[in-house]
Formats: sequence, C-alpha cells, structure tokens
Amino acid sequence: MSVAALVYRNPTQESRATRLALTVLAIGFVALFLLLPLVSVFANGLANGISGARAALSNSDTLSSVRLTLIVAAIAVPCNVAFGIAAAWAIAKFDFRGKSILSTLIDIPFSVSPVVSGLVYVLMFGLQGWLGPWLRDHDIRIIFALPGIVLATMFVTFPFVARELVPLMIDQGRDEEEAAVSLGASGFKTFLFVTLPNVKWGLLYGVLLCNARAMGEFGAVSVVSGHIRGLTNTMPLHIEVLYNDYSYAAAFAVASLLAMLALVTLVLKSFLEWRFADEIAATHRH
Amino acid sequence: MSVATAPALTVRWHNKSALPGFGLTLGFTLFYLSAIVLVPLTALLIRPWSLGFQSFLAEIAAPRVVHALDLSFSASAIAAAINSVMGLLVAWVLVRYRFPLHRLVDAIIDLPFALPTAVAGIALSALYAQTGWIGAPLARAGLKVAYTPLGVVVALVFIGLPFVVRTIQPVLADAGREPEEAAATLGATRWQAFHRVVLPALAPALITGTGLAFARAVGEYGSVIFIAGNLPMRSEIAPLLIVIKLEEYDYAGAAAIGGVMLGLSFLMLFALNGVQAWMAARK
Repeated sequence: MSVAALVYRNPTQESRATRLALTVLAIGFVALFLLLPLVSVFANGLANGISGARAALSNSDTLSSVRLTLIVAAIAVPCNVAFGIAAAWAIAKFDFRGKSILSTLIDIPFSVSPVVSGLVYVLMFGLQGWLGPWLRDHDIRIIFALPGIVLATMFVTFPFVARELVPLMIDQGRDEEEAAVSLGASGFKTFLFVTLPNVKWGLLYGVLLCNARAMGEFGAVSVVSGHIRGLTNTMPLHIEVLYNDYSYAAAFAVASLLAMLALVTLVLKSFLEWRFADEIAATHRH
Repeated sequence: MSVATAPALTVRWHNKSALPGFGLTLGFTLFYLSAIVLVPLTALLIRPWSLGFQSFLAEIAAPRVVHALDLSFSASAIAAAINSVMGLLVAWVLVRYRFPLHRLVDAIIDLPFALPTAVAGIALSALYAQTGWIGAPLARAGLKVAYTPLGVVVALVFIGLPFVVRTIQPVLADAGREPEEAAATLGATRWQAFHRVVLPALAPALITGTGLAFARAVGEYGSVIFIAGNLPMRSEIAPLLIVIKLEEYDYAGAAAIGGVMLGLSFLMLFALNGVQAWMAARK
C-alpha cells in the first residue's frame, strides 16, 4: 500500500474511526431500544418452556380472544379496503372541488390518540351517549360488545389502504382506464382488469399494514370493550388482563403470537418494498 | 353496461370525465368518512359544551388533569428531542454507510409500527423493572426507570423513533453529494460541511419527523401504561386519565380531556402541514 493511499481520503466521507463510531452507536441504539424488547417478548413467553407456552395458549379465554381478534380484523379490514378503493378512484380519476380537503380528512384518524378514538364511540353509543337511551330501549348493544370493537378498529385503521392507493392511482393517470372505457368496458371491468393489476402490490401493502394495526390495536378497543373475559377481550386486551393478574408467562405467550404477526408483517413489508419498489407509493409510510 | 356514458350525476363543481363511477365512489367515500370519523368526532367536540364553559374549565383545571396533560406533553417533548438526534444518526448511518446486516437493521426500524402497543408495553416494563435485563443494572447504579416518569420517556422514545428515521431517510438519499464536495473544495472540515450544508437541507424533514413523533407520543397509551406505574400526580398520562374517567362513568370529564387533546393534535397537524408546504416550496 502506497503512502498516498494511506493519506488520501474522500472529502465527502468521514474518517474511518468516525464512521465506525457512528455505526456502532446507531446499531447499539437500535439493538437496545427496538431489538431487545422484541427478544424479551419471546424469552419471557418461553419462560416455562414450549409446553408451558402451549398450555397458556390453549386456555379457553385465550382461544376466544384469538377468535375475537380474527373476527374483528375480518370485518374491519375489508370495509377499509372498500373505502380505500372508492376514495382512491374518486380522488385519482376525477377533478372536483374540495379534493385536497377530502385527502386531509382521510388522514385525521392517524393524528387522534387511540384512547380518544374509542372515546368518541362511547360518547355516541354509550349509555349516557347521544344514542345510548334509544339503543337501550331497542336492546341493541354497541359499546362493551362486538360492534363497538369493530367500529373503534375501523377508525384507527381507516387511512391505511386509502393513503397507499391514492398517491399510487394519481401517479398511474387516467389514460389506460379511459382507453378501456372508450373500447366499451364497463366501469367495474375497467377497474378489475386495468386498474387493479397496476395497483395490486400497493393494495396488498396497504392491507398488510391495516391488518397488523387492526389485530394489534389496544387503546381504542380497550375503551369500548369493557374487558369481559372470554367475550369482549381481543388478544391485546387479554394480554393486559393476564399481565395485571401477574400471569406473566401466559401474558408473554400470547404476546409472542402477536410479535410473530408483527415479524411476518415486517418481512412481507420489506419484501414488497424491495421487490416492487416502483409499484407501491414511494413516500414515507407507517 | 357496455357503452361509456357520462356519470348520471352531473354537477358543476367537478369537470366531466369519460370514466364512470364518480357519484358512486365519492358518495360511498363521503358516507363512510362521515359515519366512521366525522360524526363521532363531532360528538366529542360538542359534548364538553353541554356542561357549560365554566365547568369545562373546572374539569381541565383540576390538578390531577393538569399534571397528566403536563406529563404527556413534556415527556413527549423530551422523547421527541432524543429521537430527533438518534433518528438523524440512525438515518445517516443507514443511508451513507454499508455494514453487515444492513437490510435487517433497516427493516427493524419499523418494528414500533408493526408491534402491537400492548406487547411493546409489557416487554418494556419487564426489561426496565428492577429485576429486568436493563432495569437491574440501572437499579444498582441508583437509577429507577420503570414506574417513574422516566419510564414514560423510554416508551415514547421506542414508539417515536421510526417517524424521524423514515422521514429523513428518503430526503438524505435523494440529496446529492455535490454541495458537500463544494464545501470540501472551499476548505470546510467534514463537521462544518455537515452542520452548515447538510443539516440545513435536512432541517424541514427533521422538523416534520420530530413533529410526527411528538404528535404520536402525546396520544400514546398502550406502550406507556405498563411501564409508567400510573401513580396519580406523578406518572399518570392524559390518555390514561380519560380511561379512568370513563370507567367511573364520568363522560363529561373524559370528553373534556379528550376535547383538549383532540384540539391540540389538530393544531399540531396544521403546523406540520405548514412545514410540509414550506418543504415543498423550497424544492
């Protein structure tokens, strides 16, 4: 190695020692603040071994919480997908007044505290709420029952699909759809055979994030559920109940299931970002 | 349905288009938006006024409420400040340097978005408790994190980091090296080039990301309540106080705190939109 090679340094590159120090500091921070909590979920979940975790998971209250979480996601996610597609079609394919206001309104749920998201439904449908007395007279239960949990979940996951599809469909333009329609395709066929193939990965991406949040939502659901064991406890609420009962191993066993869902979500998300980078909306995402 | 027709609903406030479905999709969008988001939020904004303004003020001025709001906002501000520095560092390292497991570190940044908050909450609580992996050494050093306001900050740092990293990353990746080369040519040290050339260019993204992290932290519930210990007047956050009031069937009190939090988050949203407009104008 010549002396020149030792002395020369790229003027827009930090020294080797600085780079190493910054890298170690950044990775150390990520490991300490992000990775370690994840590892501790699995470590605590397996505190009583695999058989202990399996016993905790086959408890009937746990199973019913898993079932409820799946039911809630199975209702809330398709509703938000239908909304996201409708909103993206209206915003991307047509010009109308108030479009930018509409886009802003769609993002509102992201800036509302989860607890406030649940609170608004209690104020609407709770016993002392707007419709409370009427609902009681007609024997309809929304708060402390499935409908309330589904509504609160729909609220917090509301923007995910729309905010993925809107920028994507704006980028795609209208030419292809206009060509299809002028050749005699119906609106529905145009969407199915022209638009959908163009946005399918973006749609999947939005569904993925929407589903992860729907299954993991805690604050909003906690306010409307009433924490009735075996009835209105979703998995995150069941974790809280177990934890407050000092059943730590069982709480972490259920938490491990949700952490695995998070990991699968992250892997699929990273894969979509890497493989179909051009076919999903390019800006920041969460 | 075989021939292209103009939408049946012909209104002046939108331009005619060859594509069908405007009335249907916009109608459904507005209906669903109103039913799920706008009407319920209106219920919250109206509710506190049913008490009258005086009692609304009395609710908000109660010492326990003031303390909870104060804790929520100051812990969020501290966490956002930590995240602005560490998030910038992590984004810088991820964009500029290559190292083993780069893709894995990049992917794990999104963990707080994907991990349910209750799971994060009990994990952080177990880690920082006096018997925990991190809590035990800290306790020997005389520092108590779990069940103190410091624990609230730790949880909010966890939840806010990806907002800063993911806002800065694309801006930093798009910024060319030319300005830095020019700075180096003109004799700037690496540090001068960073804080006088790179940092000003990143400032809008840094402000936006920090603002997003702060806004999220103020409303955060699940990851905080397990580690906070929830002692009234000490480590009780505002969202928890809403839950407590609801459990006592004090709807008015809950609505008053919720209304204040909602108003403040709209203000933050408004301010952030302003910063984003400023960012777009500078490009």
